[in-house]
Amino acid sequence: MPVIEIKNLTKTYNETMVPVHALNGINLEFEKGEFTAIVGPSGCGKTTLLNMMGGLDQPTSGSVIIENEDITQMNRGALTDFRLHHVGFIFQAYNLIPVLTVKENVEFIMELQHRNKKDIADRVNYLLTAMGMEDKINVRPKYLSGGQQQRVAVARALVSKPKFILADEPTANLDSKSTDTLLDLMATLNEKEQVTFIFSTHDQRVMDKARRIITLEDGKVISDTKLKATHESINS
Amino acid sequence: MQQSFKLAWRNLWRNRRRTLITLASVFMAVVLAIAIRSFQKGVYGNMIGNAVRFSTGYIQVHAKGYWDDQSINNTFVPGTSLEQALKKEKNISLAVPKLESFALASSGPHTKGVEVIGIAPRKEDSMNNVAGKITQGKYFTNNIGQGILIGDGLAKYLQLKLGDTLVLLGQGYHGTTAAGQYPIQGIFHFPLEQLNNSLVYLYLPDAQALFGAPDRLTSISIMLRQPDDINSTTLFLKHSLDSTREVMQWPAMNKSLVQEIQGDNAGGIIMLGILYMVVAFGVFGTILMMTLERKKEFAVMIAIGMHRVRLTVIIIFETVLIGLLGILSGSLLIFPVLAYLHRHPILLTGATAQTYQQFGIEPIMPASLDPYIFLYQGLTVLGIAIISVVYPLWYINRFRIAETLKQ
Repeated sequence: MPVIEIKNLTKTYNETMVPVHALNGINLEFEKGEFTAIVGPSGCGKTTLLNMMGGLDQPTSGSVIIENEDITQMNRGALTDFRLHHVGFIFQAYNLIPVLTVKENVEFIMELQHRNKKDIADRVNYLLTAMGMEDKINVRPKYLSGGQQQRVAVARALVSKPKFILADEPTANLDSKSTDTLLDLMATLNEKEQVTFIFSTHDQRVMDKARRIITLEDGKVISDTKLKATHESINS
Repeated sequence: MQQSFKLAWRNLWRNRRRTLITLASVFMAVVLAIAIRSFQKGVYGNMIGNAVRFSTGYIQVHAKGYWDDQSINNTFVPGTSLEQALKKEKNISLAVPKLESFALASSGPHTKGVEVIGIAPRKEDSMNNVAGKITQGKYFTNNIGQGILIGDGLAKYLQLKLGDTLVLLGQGYHGTTAAGQYPIQGIFHFPLEQLNNSLVYLYLPDAQALFGAPDRLTSISIMLRQPDDINSTTLFLKHSLDSTREVMQWPAMNKSLVQEIQGDNAGGIIMLGILYMVVAFGVFGTILMMTLERKKEFAVMIAIGMHRVRLTVIIIFETVLIGLLGILSGSLLIFPVLAYLHRHPILLTGATAQTYQQFGIEPIMPASLDPYIFLYQGLTVLGIAIISVVYPLWYINRFRIAETLKQ
C-alpha cells in the first residue's frame, strides 16, 4: 500500500491577470522507505507539489490520500495535527527556531506531541549523535554553519518518526562537503528508520543518491524513473 | 504552556535594545500615570479631609430645612432616639454636636463679623485636633464660663492678645439678643486662613447660653470608621430618625468642592489619556515589528505542527510580559517616592498657596497611596498592551503558510 497517493492534482494561481497552472493533473504514488527526488526547471511545480503533500496548501482539484484519508478535505486544525504526527519538513533555509538551542529545536516537535520526557531525551540524543551534533546541543542556530543547521533540521524532521519527510531543496545553500555529509546521513537514516524521503532539488548529487527520480515540467510529470530498488524490496 | 512561555521570554530578548526601549516607554508611562493620579487623589483627599474635619463631617444630622436656611431658629434638641441611633451604628466613630451662628466680634474700636461655634471640647478635638492648633493659651476643659478661642488672624485684626476680652453681639434663638463678653483663653492657627480670620470657639453650653438656646444644636457632625460605607450609614440614620431631622452627606454639603474635584479630575484623565496613547503607539510599534520580522518563523512553526492558537498564546505572553515588566518596575520605583511624599507632603508656597487658601484648602500636595491607583494604572497599561496584540493575532489567524514560506 502506498504511503502517499496523489490523484489528478491541479493547482491554479489566479492572483495575476493570467491564471498560472502550477500543477496540471498529477498522479503519483510513493511507497514506504522511498528516497525520491522531484526534479525539473524552476517554476515547474516542485515546491507546490511538496506543499500539497504536506498539507501546507490546498489544491484547486484532485486529492492527496495518505493512509486512506484525503488530506485535501481536512480542516485547518486537523491538517496541523496531521503535519505534527505524520510529516517531517526540511527547508532550503534550514528555518530552525533562532531562540532555541540545537537540542530544544529537535525536542520542539515531540513536546508539541506531549511525549514523555524520557522518550524525548532518548530520541533527541540518538538523532543528534547520529547527526554528529552531540557536542553542539546547547548552541543556538546562529552559531552553527549552514551544514550543521541543516543536520539539526534533519534531526528535527525525523524526531517524531513521521511517515514521510518532505525536503524542499535541502542542499541548495550548502557547499559540496556539507551536501555529501548530509546526504549520507539522510540515506543512512532512510535505511534505518524506513522513512520515506521526498526531495525537490536541482542538485545532481541529490539525484545521484535518489532511487527514484520524478521529473516535472509545466506542472506535469514527464518522467518517473525508478533507478534502484528500495531497501525494503531488497530485503524482501 | 511552559514551552510557550520560554519561547515568549526568549523572543522578547532577541532584540534587546528594542525591548528595553519599549519597556522604558511603558515604565515612564506607569511612573507618570501613577504619580499624576497619586497627587490628584492626595490633593482631593486633603480637600475632602479639610471639608469633613473642619466643617461638615462625613454625615451631618440637623433639623429639617436647616441646610437651606442656616438660622439659629432652625436648631433642634437631640432626643433619645437620635442618641440611640448614633450609638447603634457601628460605622460611626464620632458624633460631634455643634451650635453655630454668626455674631459681631468687637474689641475697642474694631469690629468684625465672625462665625461662632459652640463645641464639645473632647469630641471636637478628636475630629479636627483643634487643641493641637492652639499656639497661645490653652484649649477648653469641660467647664462653663472658661472663655473663648479665636484664630490668630482675627486676634491680629482686632488687636487682641491672650486674656483680653472679646465682646460678641448677635441675634439669639427666636429673636432674643445674643450678647456676651469672653476672655481670650487661647489663640489657634489652622492651615486655612479663612478659619483663622473669622472663627471663634465657645464651649457648647456657653454658646447655648449666648444664643438663648439651651440644649439646642444646629448640627451633629458624624465621622466614620469606613468612609466608603457612607451610604449604608446614611440610610440607617434616615430610617432611625423622624421626619423633623435631616441627614446629609458631605458631597451634598460641599457642592462647589465636589464640582472642583470633578473638573480637575476630568483634566487629569485627559492628560492620562494622551500619555496612554503615546504608550499604546510605542507598544504597538514594537509588537508590529516583532510580528513582521517573524512571519516566516511563524509559518515554519505552523508547518511543523504548532497550532495557531498556541502561537497566539506565545504572542500574548510576549505582549503581557512587556506590559508587566514595565508596570512592575515603574510601580516599584515610584512607590517609595510616593510613600515619602505621603508622609511629608509638598508644601505649596507663593501664589499657589494663596489660591489654595482662598478656596479653603490647606496648601499642601500629599501623595495618595491608595492601592487602587496602582491597580487601575497597571490594568490600563496592561489593557493597552493587550489591545496592541490585536494585529498580530489577526495576522496569525489569516496568513497562508505556503505563501509565507516562499517569501
